[in-house]
Amino acid sequence: MNFWRNTITGILLVLLLLTVSTGNAETRIRCASTTSTQNSGLFEYILPLFEKDTGIKVDVIAVGTGAALELGRRGDVDVVLVHAKDDELRMLRQGWFVNRHDVMYNDFVIVGPPEDPAGIRSLQTAVDAFRRIAERNTKFISRGDNSGTHKKELSIWKAAGINPEGKKWYLQVGQGMAKTLRIAANLRAYTLTDRGTYLSLVDRERLGLKILLEGDPLLFNQYGVMAVNPERYPHVKYKEAMTFINWLISDRGQKAIASFRDARGNQLFHPNAD
Amino acid sequence: MGFLIESTLKAVGIITSLDREFLSIVLLSLRVSGTAVIIATAAGILLAVCIYQMQSPVKRLLIPLLNTSMGLPPVVVGLFIYLLLSRSGPLGMLNLLYTPTAMIIAQCVLATPIIAGIAHASMISADPEIRFTALCLGASELQATLRVIRETRYSILSSVVAGLGRVIAEVGAVLIVGGNIAGYTRVMTTAIALEADRGDFILAIALGMILLLLSLCINAMLYIFQKRGAID
Repeated sequence: MNFWRNTITGILLVLLLLTVSTGNAETRIRCASTTSTQNSGLFEYILPLFEKDTGIKVDVIAVGTGAALELGRRGDVDVVLVHAKDDELRMLRQGWFVNRHDVMYNDFVIVGPPEDPAGIRSLQTAVDAFRRIAERNTKFISRGDNSGTHKKELSIWKAAGINPEGKKWYLQVGQGMAKTLRIAANLRAYTLTDRGTYLSLVDRERLGLKILLEGDPLLFNQYGVMAVNPERYPHVKYKEAMTFINWLISDRGQKAIASFRDARGNQLFHPNAD
Repeated sequence: MGFLIESTLKAVGIITSLDREFLSIVLLSLRVSGTAVIIATAAGILLAVCIYQMQSPVKRLLIPLLNTSMGLPPVVVGLFIYLLLSRSGPLGMLNLLYTPTAMIIAQCVLATPIIAGIAHASMISADPEIRFTALCLGASELQATLRVIRETRYSILSSVVAGLGRVIAEVGAVLIVGGNIAGYTRVMTTAIALEADRGDFILAIALGMILLLLSLCINAMLYIFQKRGAID
């Protein structure tokens, strides 16, 4: 029975090693947020500061805004940090969340190939640019994932009076922002992106996408934070979630957000807590 | 091409410098997949023995079912476990979603049918004389089955290794139930997917190399066990 003895000893040794590496118990809360905040590196920068101040560890689940709100509505997270103010206010009214606050903003930009086949560079508004892209049948990549950016994009199409659904040049990829930018770059297509994710792509130069339209007030991008309603889900860590929210909107949290820079020294988020 | 070579060299640098973030991701992968396979081994062998011993006609239904579940799509398993563990789901009160435990459960579900399927097949294909002889010599049903397991031990070990190979390279299930939380549920495969999105290919390549290396080791083990089994 030498064989079995050796095998069992081996397995036990592995098990022992595995248990040693197990983490210890600590206070952690779950925050559902958007791919833009994760891809840009904002959380990696501010969460250690928050943890140092309060001893609370924040686990970030980065999905699109639509999915993040859904995670909150199901009670799977304690707090959400997203960017779709109308939807946030609606779910607040429905009682799924409480204590919403504006936290920070940045803006959306329209990016595309530098040769700008639809010629939107000279235009002033996002609505005009979208119209031009549709007229010229140039490829446009849509997030198509119900995220904050996707909702913004749909609202621009609506304002332009165009229904791009089903058009040959309109490609819905159902991916996060960074991947969508990669697809747009490889297909020489236009897309709508938040400035932060675009700037933070490590290999941005090599991708060859240029900002072709920016500065339209319609492209304002507000981020908000809110806690899952503890009356709906008594298990949520409401107290710790509120500590996190209050920290984000405090002077200290706001300064932390303002001082975050990407690898090239760009400021990606501007604090504007109410 | 220059970019690829440069990134690869830098990736080797990360591996040799034993970067902390890099190490913790590799260790978590090993911990999650290792634990899942250990549990799946127990469950899988038990399942194989149950089916092997079974006399009822249900057996004819169970075997194709088992064979089908050997190829369960990881994302579907992930979705199923997510719905089970979600706060609004039936097991929500356990508070397991987005923890390493949830990932272990998902990978366990993926590995168990593989181990059970291969173990069962090898028990059937073992020389029927073994069982017959054992029974004739006065062994009980259970003792005879244990004898068969002993004779097929190398095939069973191969099934365990095959299970490990499947779960450690899997990304769909762990992403859904683990959430890819930095420093907590981020394993090799989900980290590669994220870093490739961000354009930080160096860490992605370094993790990819380790994953390939592990695959190589796993396959070498598989080869050795199968060879030994053949000699026996």
